[in-house]
Amino acid sequence: MAETITIEVARYRPEQEGEPTLQSYEVPFNKDWVVLDALNYIKDHVDGSLSFRWSCRMGVCGSCGMTVDGEPKLTCATFLSHYHPGPIRVEPLRNFPVVRDLVIEMTDFMEKLQSVKPWIVREDDPAPAEGEFLQTPEQLDQYKQFSMCINCMICYAACPVYGLDPQFVGPAAIALAQRYNLDSRDQGEQERMDVLSQHEGIWGCTFVGECTEVCPKNVDPAGAIQQYKLAATQDWFKSFLMPWSKR
Amino acid sequence: MANRSNEPLLWALFSGGGVAAAFLIPVLLFLYGLAFPLGWLQPPDYERTLGLVQHPLTRLVLFMLCFLSLFHWAHRFRFTLYDGLQIKHLNPVINLFCYGGAVTGTVAAAYLLWTLP
Repeated sequence: MAETITIEVARYRPEQEGEPTLQSYEVPFNKDWVVLDALNYIKDHVDGSLSFRWSCRMGVCGSCGMTVDGEPKLTCATFLSHYHPGPIRVEPLRNFPVVRDLVIEMTDFMEKLQSVKPWIVREDDPAPAEGEFLQTPEQLDQYKQFSMCINCMICYAACPVYGLDPQFVGPAAIALAQRYNLDSRDQGEQERMDVLSQHEGIWGCTFVGECTEVCPKNVDPAGAIQQYKLAATQDWFKSFLMPWSKR
Repeated sequence: MANRSNEPLLWALFSGGGVAAAFLIPVLLFLYGLAFPLGWLQPPDYERTLGLVQHPLTRLVLFMLCFLSLFHWAHRFRFTLYDGLQIKHLNPVINLFCYGGAVTGTVAAAYLLWTLP
């Protein structure tokens, strides 16, 4: 018989249990399989009631973030062979309420994301017929790494500050704010600063740096937050020393 | 803007203190804590050291080093207590202890450097 590996999956079915429990499944150990393949195997062949989110299975959509053996991971990019001989424990992302099994409630993140206006803000807003905004490769490089964020919330699951204080705007939202601030076509920096210079914005961050450690897309949210702190501090001194100047 | 936080000032002192401490304290500790007492390097005599410390520029540098390092400590320790021990409800006491401690230390440093013979 082919080799198998044990997957311990956190189950939570609110209609039948008050607390999450662990359920073990045996799946074929295939060295080409990622954790998401194992979950899909369980769903298709063993237990159709298991709930989890996934979509693209190639590290682009950001849906399949879960806690694998205690670490937040994109399950489509986490190989079973890395945990051989197992067992592998799969739990929902930390720091979020659980809806069911491995599915977390992400409304809080979506609201925070929207609060920092992660889109190009223009004062003039010209019609498309008036032409495009040109940008040099150097200007693109300014923000490119922050634009790699796929909103997978793995950084929120890793952030101890977000875990302790859910008011904290959090790593991905700040990195995405910085992605638009650094974009030469954008004019919304001050609007974002008004949100992020609050205590629950950038100042909640104590520079633990776990967000950058765990990011599957090699974005550096911790770096974005430090850059933002410096900008906010310069802004603060400027408005203090030159209160007449337009902030 | 309403509800403007004073965090930028505290963070500026924190980051300034981090830079100053990282650049100056290791070399001072190495010289005065290890190299001179253990005889690895010939220490300057008392008169020369006193002369160096009496120079207004040296006093200013030492004052800034004490002032910034203490505020660096205060900020770091505040968040250590705040998040590490999860005693956020004691925030006013923590702030008073940390920043009050830094102010007290800064005043003491200023007094000592000012009253140097």
